[in-house]
Amino acid sequence: MKTLFDRSVPGRHCSILPACDVEVRTPAETRSSALHLPELSETDISRHYTELAKQTFGVNDGFYPLGSCTMKYNPKINERAASLSGFTNIHPTQDHVQGSLKLLHTAEKYLCEITGMDAMTFQPAAGAHGELTGLMLIKRYHELSGHPERTKIIVPDSAHGTNPASSAMCGFTVVNIPSAPDGCVDLERLKEACGEDTAGLMLTNPNTLGIFDRNIQQITEIVHAAGGLCYYDGANLNPVMGIVRPGDMGFDCIHLNLHKSFSTPHGGGGPGSGPVGCKKFLEAYLPGDRITEKDGVYSIEQRSEESIGAVRSFHGNFLVIVKAFAYLTALGKQGVPEAAQNAVLNANYLKHKLEDTYELANKGICMHEFVLTLEGLKKEIGVSAMDVAKALQDYGIHPPTMYFPLNVHEALMVEPTETESKEMLDHVAEIFLDVWKKAHEDPEYLHGAPHHSPIKRPDEVKAARHPVLRVPLHD
Amino acid sequence: MGSYVPSTLKQREEMLREAGFSSMEDLYRDIPDELKRKEPLDLPDGKSELETDRILRSLAMENKEYLSVFRGAGAYRHYIPAIVQSVVNKEEFVTAYTPYQAEISQGVLQSIFEYQTMICELTGMDVSNASVYDGAVAAAEAVSMCRTPKKKKVYISAGVHPDTLKVVRTYCWAAQDEVVVLPLKDGKTDLSGVDGEGASCLILQQPNYFGIIEDAKAAGECAHAAGLTYVLSMDPFAMCLLPSPAEYGADIAIGEGQPLGMPLSFGGPYLGFMAATSKMMRKLPGRIVGETTDADGNKAYVLTLQAREQHIRREKASSNICSNEALCAMTASVYLAAMGPEGMREAARQCYSKSHYLAQEFERIGLKRAYDADFFQEFVTVCDDPEAMLAKLDAKGILGGQPVEGGILWCATEANTKEEIDALVKEVSA
Repeated sequence: MKTLFDRSVPGRHCSILPACDVEVRTPAETRSSALHLPELSETDISRHYTELAKQTFGVNDGFYPLGSCTMKYNPKINERAASLSGFTNIHPTQDHVQGSLKLLHTAEKYLCEITGMDAMTFQPAAGAHGELTGLMLIKRYHELSGHPERTKIIVPDSAHGTNPASSAMCGFTVVNIPSAPDGCVDLERLKEACGEDTAGLMLTNPNTLGIFDRNIQQITEIVHAAGGLCYYDGANLNPVMGIVRPGDMGFDCIHLNLHKSFSTPHGGGGPGSGPVGCKKFLEAYLPGDRITEKDGVYSIEQRSEESIGAVRSFHGNFLVIVKAFAYLTALGKQGVPEAAQNAVLNANYLKHKLEDTYELANKGICMHEFVLTLEGLKKEIGVSAMDVAKALQDYGIHPPTMYFPLNVHEALMVEPTETESKEMLDHVAEIFLDVWKKAHEDPEYLHGAPHHSPIKRPDEVKAARHPVLRVPLHD
Repeated sequence: MGSYVPSTLKQREEMLREAGFSSMEDLYRDIPDELKRKEPLDLPDGKSELETDRILRSLAMENKEYLSVFRGAGAYRHYIPAIVQSVVNKEEFVTAYTPYQAEISQGVLQSIFEYQTMICELTGMDVSNASVYDGAVAAAEAVSMCRTPKKKKVYISAGVHPDTLKVVRTYCWAAQDEVVVLPLKDGKTDLSGVDGEGASCLILQQPNYFGIIEDAKAAGECAHAAGLTYVLSMDPFAMCLLPSPAEYGADIAIGEGQPLGMPLSFGGPYLGFMAATSKMMRKLPGRIVGETTDADGNKAYVLTLQAREQHIRREKASSNICSNEALCAMTASVYLAAMGPEGMREAARQCYSKSHYLAQEFERIGLKRAYDADFFQEFVTVCDDPEAMLAKLDAKGILGGQPVEGGILWCATEANTKEEIDALVKEVSA
């Protein structure tokens, strides 16, 4: 479809600004190059984006079982709260912000209670940003305890790619350890990897296969005994919030993805929010300002010299925190574990519906998600995880996460979340079974899928080999 | 209590039974009992939507909204056209994930492609990414683009936003880079200490934190003469009036995109934009959208150059960033589309003209500017007791400038009327 630039007509414009009401001046040196922005009417803009919206699939469009991404429904009350002018019109450095401070302080308290942490920073703007921040706390800890030689971070091979990438950005060396077949930590391998140079371990629990690692206490004890710290990747917190706490499992610091477990939307790739929580002994190292309360009055306090500094300007993605706070307010003490339980129930129910047909990467109870392996199907009739994923699009549902975790061949990772109904899960199970049937009847049809999307499969190799990264303009 | 679980209790029972569980608790039988919480969460009881709404509204009312704002200092109040919110509130855009499945995500992919194009046009650079978290992080990520094992030193102007300096220091501490801060002389960056030995880049902000228009071209020449990559952080409106980053010689152009249609929002979400010369394309962090064709030969958009990214390269990735500020990038695109080239130039001229009118009126009543150099939309006046002055204005419903060392940093944009400016000057002189 046309781009905004294709729709541009020289001389066309919206009437936004009044004429300047003071004397017009210009600086000594001005821009000499042309400024090619599209020239459009409001009608053009409105229709353009409406057309783009029709070619975009959101949670509102249908089932979105993108494993590890927790695409739960985004309640509208959260959106409305975040659009209140008492939040949006507030300058980040102004005074008289008791409402904002109280909200941040209370959100910190709630999230610390859920995770078993003692303090939290809201500066990190995404999960990976939180990982980096948490690792910086670990680095600071070893530095100030006189152990700068602790430079290695242990990361299981089932981890999200951000874990090793964040470690490297933090100046650590990554030690990858192979997981047991169920994606759980191989205790022997962990013991071998731990030593005097160990800075810490990064772990996702439940892991990326949707399994709760029942040796978790032993794992954190092994790392602590070696002098390392334990970092909890909160990407998979949704199924256990209100049930178990990372702080009780022995983790020292964590990040949360408010845009996963706490219902804030993903916005096509952001803005998210990745607050980092930690135990008391790491609190002084947290970045950004601290919000304190005394007799019902909230204030902003600078942290000490020991703080790592700042990882973002001001107070992080504040409006995202407003949305998560509205969610926590609505759910409360009963609703948080209820959401977790139903996320697990929905995953196990859908797994049960599919397990007689599809091959599971792992038997047994899953938490929020389960992983299918299509290795057998691929070998047998040449239909891949990609083919199945693309075929699912034709049924009006979003495909699961493909080819992750890396330790499962032809993986499809399915996370239904708690906001899907039994009817939807029944319907989805039928779709999966229908695709399975079609795969055997007519594999070619699946190789060509999707058949009803706005485009067919794109040529990704061409995109990378001959990058076209902007609309070409002709003077 | 609030709940967003649609299945009824009866349905949940049926599902449990069918999947082979005796109860909700039974779902967690693999988790060691000693780990499970015995007590309910120490959170208040859940609330209905009406109660939730009331709680959030009362918090919002505890913040003070100013009708008249003369503060910038890294967060700028510009007029936001109505079409902007209307477009970016579309549920498809709000609730979509990162566009991994290109076939059903062409809308969001195309919107990012158009954003990249507009950032290239504003900056004059060759390539743009799909955004990073904010302007401060963009500076830190730019440093990572320039770092090599032998180049572990960074020059940064003392005139960058204080949070930018803090974030760059923090990231550089983690990566073991040395940070050398170039001091200001008469409000402008003193480049005399720049020495290329072992250094990777020079970071300058235009206009700088104190509003001053830096000699950004000379800084670029200085950086290049010393073999450094020139990273220029620039206000998007300033780019429309002053020379563009490319005209100043920037290798990497970055900045805070909040002024492009995002409200102040107590600091976020904002938008970090990053653009570079094509030579540095494969070092850019984060998502990038490219144009290609589909199996039928039709135009299609995809996430591309993923060989840079964490899910492929893991510890060797150019950055760990995946979630970015996509919806804020779309906000900027819609804003720029609504303003158009003439609207952007006009807004920039008004920022320049109105802030100069304010400075002139302040001068008339005897306020002294801290620096003589020309400025874009912000300037510092000398003031012995900024707190008293700001409190006086606050009582009149005016958010005065940002207190800085030795004075107050004032800002006027196209959103301030002459009437408002005159009223401010009257209050200041009272």
